[in-house]
Amino acid sequence: MTSTAEISLPDLEPNRPLTLPLQAEVTLPNGLTIIAIQRPSVPLVEVRLRVPFAQAPLAASSVLTQTLFSGTSQKSTVDIAAELQTVGGGLAAALDPDRMLISGNALTTGLDRLLELLAEVLHDATYPATEVVTERDRLADRIQVALSQPSHLARVALLKRMYGDHPYAVQTPGADEVRAVDPEHLRLLHAQRLHPNGSTLVLVGDIDPEAALAIATDRLGSWSGDGAPIELPPSPPLVAGPLVLADRPGSVQSSIRIALPAVPRTDPSHAALQLANLIFGGYFSSRWVENIREDKGYTYGPYSMIEHSVAGSALIVSAEVATEVTGPALVETLYELGRLAALPPGEAELEQARQYALGTLQLGMSTQAGLAGLASTYAGSGLRLNYLAEHAIRLEAATREDVHRAALQYLAPAKALLVVLGDAAKIREEVSAIVAVTP
Amino acid sequence: MQIPRTHYQVERFTLPNGLRVVLSPDRSAPVIGVAVVYDVGIRSEPEGRTGFAHLFEHLMFQGSANLEKLAHFRYVQGAGGTFNGSTHLDYTDYFETAPSNALERMLFLEADRMRGPRLTEENLANQIDVVKEEIRVNVLNRPYGGFPWLKLPPVMFDSFPNAHDGYGSFTDLEAATVADAAEFFDRYYACGNATVSVAGDFELDYARQLVEKHFGDVPARPAPARPDFDEPDLTGERRKSYVDSLAPLPAVAAAWRVPNPITRFSDYLPYVVLAEVLTDGDAARLVERMVLKDRIVTSVGGYLGFMGEPFEVRDPTAMLLQAHLPPQGSADKVLATIDEELDRLATDGLAAGELARTQARMATHLLRDTDAVLGRALRMAVLELQRANPALLNDLPHLIAEVTADQIREAAATMRPHRRASIEVVPGGGEK
Repeated sequence: MTSTAEISLPDLEPNRPLTLPLQAEVTLPNGLTIIAIQRPSVPLVEVRLRVPFAQAPLAASSVLTQTLFSGTSQKSTVDIAAELQTVGGGLAAALDPDRMLISGNALTTGLDRLLELLAEVLHDATYPATEVVTERDRLADRIQVALSQPSHLARVALLKRMYGDHPYAVQTPGADEVRAVDPEHLRLLHAQRLHPNGSTLVLVGDIDPEAALAIATDRLGSWSGDGAPIELPPSPPLVAGPLVLADRPGSVQSSIRIALPAVPRTDPSHAALQLANLIFGGYFSSRWVENIREDKGYTYGPYSMIEHSVAGSALIVSAEVATEVTGPALVETLYELGRLAALPPGEAELEQARQYALGTLQLGMSTQAGLAGLASTYAGSGLRLNYLAEHAIRLEAATREDVHRAALQYLAPAKALLVVLGDAAKIREEVSAIVAVTP
Repeated sequence: MQIPRTHYQVERFTLPNGLRVVLSPDRSAPVIGVAVVYDVGIRSEPEGRTGFAHLFEHLMFQGSANLEKLAHFRYVQGAGGTFNGSTHLDYTDYFETAPSNALERMLFLEADRMRGPRLTEENLANQIDVVKEEIRVNVLNRPYGGFPWLKLPPVMFDSFPNAHDGYGSFTDLEAATVADAAEFFDRYYACGNATVSVAGDFELDYARQLVEKHFGDVPARPAPARPDFDEPDLTGERRKSYVDSLAPLPAVAAAWRVPNPITRFSDYLPYVVLAEVLTDGDAARLVERMVLKDRIVTSVGGYLGFMGEPFEVRDPTAMLLQAHLPPQGSADKVLATIDEELDRLATDGLAAGELARTQARMATHLLRDTDAVLGRALRMAVLELQRANPALLNDLPHLIAEVTADQIREAAATMRPHRRASIEVVPGGGEK
């Protein structure tokens, strides 16, 4: 190695401005809102159809996502898949407690055909008996596999602890419940809930937004069905209490999960809370990750993030740690939360987190899929992409005091709701020495 | 359906120290992707040091000539960017994506560690712990951990480079020393053994100057000779099984050797398409037959290379098919059905439209993978490293579309049971 003079870190050039893409929007008489966004980077189009699905029965809704494309009066599963493929396309449905999301993409030239097939399914999905049995069995098997995964089990325990009787408490149906769903349930659910009213279709890609609106209007303007919008009650406030210790005998790691309160995207303190979360554990260069991974080697991929749902938001802290360091890892986690709640962050670490948050906005907007995801997610909270520009201004403006106030209010360990999944026989004693434990 | 073409500008040059450079400007969004790829991977790690290539990748983030530990992460993220690295069979990549005003900073960071990481006992011990936790998360504490990418190579291959566990045994990881790391760096992390690629929002001449400024004085060291890792093809079926104590349901994966992806690219491409004909979506042959009709599997997937990267792998490699089975499912039956479907395809050929629709969908996947500037930078860096042809990225959708039905039949006809290696997961797990 040659000896080189100390080379100094290059400065950043001036920030490029955050510019919003060309877009157009319409709400049709049937209640469907269509947002078309131009991002001509590759000759593709991304499609997201968000349909409100609050309070829908969980097992039937889950099976519906797997059978929506299983046939119409004119086409079989294979016909639908083959015709989508012909235009370079694909479509799939997914569920959360707020909505069903139908996602897909195609070559730009296939947009009209993809929407025609989507419309056919929305109008005329038949839920054929054989396909329903196949798909519900597959889903039941996947649920059984999920139950052997620590990340899933920890999530299940955490949601139950957080939400009690609220619909957010259980987000995966039981395998037996899934096997009991029959085609008639699905047809009824489809008729009751797959409605244009309140739904949002997002199209992003190498498209002329106005022309794309015209195509989508032509294909989905006759989508019918009605029903009053169904809303969830606000999610209940998190109630702190003893740490829930979920036993997984023989586990070589413990899954630590912590839930803390958070505010929705539209709250004036959201930007400050986002920055507080980053400084605590929300990115690699955070206090917590530098501590428990880069200093102590307790864990590989710890993360902390704000999860926004329609009926409420929460901050979720997650780490898989070696069984033998469960206690120390928990202590460091609570310490880092408490430190940020007790003392304002430094100027440099705030600036670093701020730049990261701003950069993430630019990167998130730089792909078709990224823009489609943002536009669809925001639409679910009544927001549009201009939120990105407004949020950037709020991130720029947040002060150390704002961030400290947010941390004091939301990252306080006294408000933490704790779950640890692990080998209880090995970890109970040391975890109990740190916090009260149940059972 | 007309397959569209991308027209990414691709500029290649080599610095006097031997570093190969690819620049691909695209001003459509104010972001950049930077990738540095070294021509060393899991196959090159020494016996007794399984997992070392990956462990070393972690050490490349622990400080370098002008940077303290943690500085790399902070400087990337403090510029609004994200970073990572990953270790593959034939290469190791390091990358950042960030707003374009951070371009020079990213180049500085990569150049600095190309001059040499800070290798200390403390950092080594720390990262051995981190890597062990990574292996626990991804392999030891979950069902189907390492299936099939760690479990199938030892069935198919005989030589240490191709057969061993690339994540590494805890014994080998714990035995690693700072001296091992220094030697590994000296041998493999030469700038003559690397490529750097930048895609995104920059002006070509300006980026070229920045690359020359930061990488130009990295000491020249030649690339080590790359061994030929080839092994003879199988002449008889190989089959193994193992009990996964966490898995609740059976699974099976099978692999067949394919032509050299670099030197016989046109013979190799039909296999890339064949994998999709068999498994991409509900209209694909094996999905229709095994998932929807016979219901002997709950999912089936097919891909090229043990890490599923058809255009980033060297010889010897394989086409893989893997399936998850329902309770009491029979791996024998699954393998027999695959044989039957391959035979039918080889004998009767494709249905009308079957190939064209598969190729159209593959074009979408390829275009989508490289929509992000980082995806483009990474693929171009590896294409330069392995093929000296980063502009191949622009051609791939069309090359895929030019594969003929006869080539698919011929490819299917080579996938006979006597050339097959397979591994079966026997469930040992309940619901916990």
